[in-house]
Amino acid sequence: MAFTASRDQSGVYLIRVEGQLIVGNRQELKTAIQEALDHGERRYVIDFSRTGYIDSSGLGALVSISKKVREQGGELRLSGLNEDLRSLFELTKLDTLFAISDTAERAVGSFAG
Amino acid sequence: MTAPLPASLRLCVRRRRVPTAAGATVQVSLRVPSDVSCIEEVVDLLLRHCCSSGWLCRKLRFNLRVAVAEALANAIVAGNQEDRSKWVQVQAEVCGDQIRIEVTDQGSGFDPATIAPPLLPEELDRPSGRGLFLIKHLVDDVRFNEQGNSICMTLRRR
Repeated sequence: MAFTASRDQSGVYLIRVEGQLIVGNRQELKTAIQEALDHGERRYVIDFSRTGYIDSSGLGALVSISKKVREQGGELRLSGLNEDLRSLFELTKLDTLFAISDTAERAVGSFAG
Repeated sequence: MTAPLPASLRLCVRRRRVPTAAGATVQVSLRVPSDVSCIEEVVDLLLRHCCSSGWLCRKLRFNLRVAVAEALANAIVAGNQEDRSKWVQVQAEVCGDQIRIEVTDQGSGFDPATIAPPLLPEELDRPSGRGLFLIKHLVDDVRFNEQGNSICMTLRRR
């Protein structure tokens, strides 16, 4: 997995996950978010439009990240899930836990206001 | 970018084609080190050897990838406790319209009946416990050996 992180003008921290999010690399994502939290970032979008697959450890990492962000008064939104990835969230009912947008742009825009 | 396949892993792939009454059977065996960083490569390797282009539709290829990645993670982390002196044995067989993949670790095993999926609303924020649940929903059949250190997953083309 590789990921790119950027901060847009409205102050939303956008991370794009490229490749797989699995047990072997989930810690990288958790560390990146923790560092951003330590730097005061509070609004996050994690985008999966370039992601192949996610395993249960990857899903678990997202759950942990979401909890941590909430605990520090922040908000996390997900975007770019294709039909296959979305089915994993639906199977595990995690689609009810996360705010999910079709695209990163919509997710970023949903913070406005 | 994916890291290069470790030489030790590459050397351990065995592939053979066996004629049977049901047609040619492709058998692949793989000895995997107890290292989670190998999982992505092993999944790619298995799919490449077992499922030629177009044999499985996109959805079933995705299901197989996730199920194999889960089984490997369980074997390496929960089974072998990431002990580098232990191995995970993977046996795959493609025959007719189905693929069967067996993943065996060197751990003491577990009782799959004791694993409850975290689907209750109050359990949704649990960070673990979804692996076996996902496997059972992504493939057509899941069986364990008596010891609980070997899982056999079957996926049928449709």
